Amino acid sequence: MHAGSLHAADPQMAMENARDVYTRRMEGVSIWVVESQHMHASKPEESEAMFDPADDKIYRHPTFYKIPDDVKHMKPCRNS
Amino acid sequence: MQKQLIKYVQRLGDNALILGQRLGEWCGHGPVLEQDIALTNIALDTLGQARLYFQYVAELKGENQTEDDVAFLREEREYTNLLLLEQKNKDWAYTLVRQFLFDVFSFHNLKGLLESSDSTLKAIAARAIKEVKYHKKFSSEWMIRLGDGTDVSHKKVQTALNDLWIFTGEMFKPTEDEDLIAKMGIGTSCEEIQPLWDLEVNEILAEATLQRPDDTFMRYGGKKGQHSELMGFILADLQYMQRTYPGLQW
Repeated sequence: MHAGSLHAADPQMAMENARDVYTRRMEGVSIWVVESQHMHASKPEESEAMFDPADDKIYRHPTFYKIPDDVKHMKPCRNS
Repeated sequence: MQKQLIKYVQRLGDNALILGQRLGEWCGHGPVLEQDIALTNIALDTLGQARLYFQYVAELKGENQTEDDVAFLREEREYTNLLLLEQKNKDWAYTLVRQFLFDVFSFHNLKGLLESSDSTLKAIAARAIKEVKYHKKFSSEWMIRLGDGTDVSHKKVQTALNDLWIFTGEMFKPTEDEDLIAKMGIGTSCEEIQPLWDLEVNEILAEATLQRPDDTFMRYGGKKGQHSELMGFILADLQYMQRTYPGLQW
C-alpha cells in the first residue's frame, strides 16, 4: 500500500492526480482518496508509546512462518 | 497502396508527435505540481504513440529508415498533423480545450482502428486506446470544471473554444489517402466519426454550460502539409538536436 498527499479541487481531480502522481511505476491497482479534514492521524511524538511495544513481542511477528509450497506469490522472509 | 498507407500512418504519428511536443512545453510550468505531472504524463503517452507509428512507417519505407529519421528529418511540408494540434498552449483553458477536442476524435478513431485489417495498426490502437480513454476523461472533466466553474474560468474556456473551433472541421475532411485506406478496411472514415464526435462533444459542452460555436468558417491545410506560421517554430525546437548533431543517440 502506498500513501501520499496531494492538492485537488474536487474528488475526481483528486483521483486523477493520485493516478498521475503515485501510480507511474506500476504501483496502482486501486485508489482511495480521503479529504484531509476527515483524517485523524497518530501524533509523531506519540510514536514510541504507540508502536515500540510491538518490538518486544517477537512471537507475534510473521517472520517465523514457513511459506507453504502452494503459496505462489509471497517471498519467504529473511529470517525464516 | 503502400504509398498511401505510409501517408496514413505518418499522419497518425504526426498528430501524436506535434501534440506531444506542445504538451511537453508545459513541463515545469504547470499551475500546480499535480497538473504539471498530469500533462507531462499525457505528453509521454502521446510521444509513445508517435514512436509506434513512426517505427511502422520506417519499416514500411525500408531503405534503412529509422523512427528518428521519420520524426526529425522531414521538411515542414511533409508533416501532415492537424492545424488544431500545432496551436499554442497559450493558457490552461486553451491547452485543455485543444486536448478535449482532439481526445474525443482520437478515441473514436482508435476505436475504429481496433477493427483494422492491418495487424500492426490494430495492435497500436489496442495499446493507445487505453491511454486516450484516460486523456479524454481528464480533458472532459476539465471542460466541465472550468465551464461550470467561476465567471472567469467560464469566460476563459469559452474564449478558447471559440478560437479553436475553426480547426475542428479539418478532422472530418478526408484526404485521398484516408479515403483509399478506409475503403480497404485498414483505416477509419473520419466522416463516420463526425456524428459520434458531435454527440459526445455536445454532451460535455452542455454539462459545462458552454456554447457550441457556429460551424460557419473552418480552416484546413495541416493534413496536406500546409501549416500555420507556428509550425516552423515547433520544428526548430523539435529538430534542433538531430540537425546539429546528425545521428545523435541518447
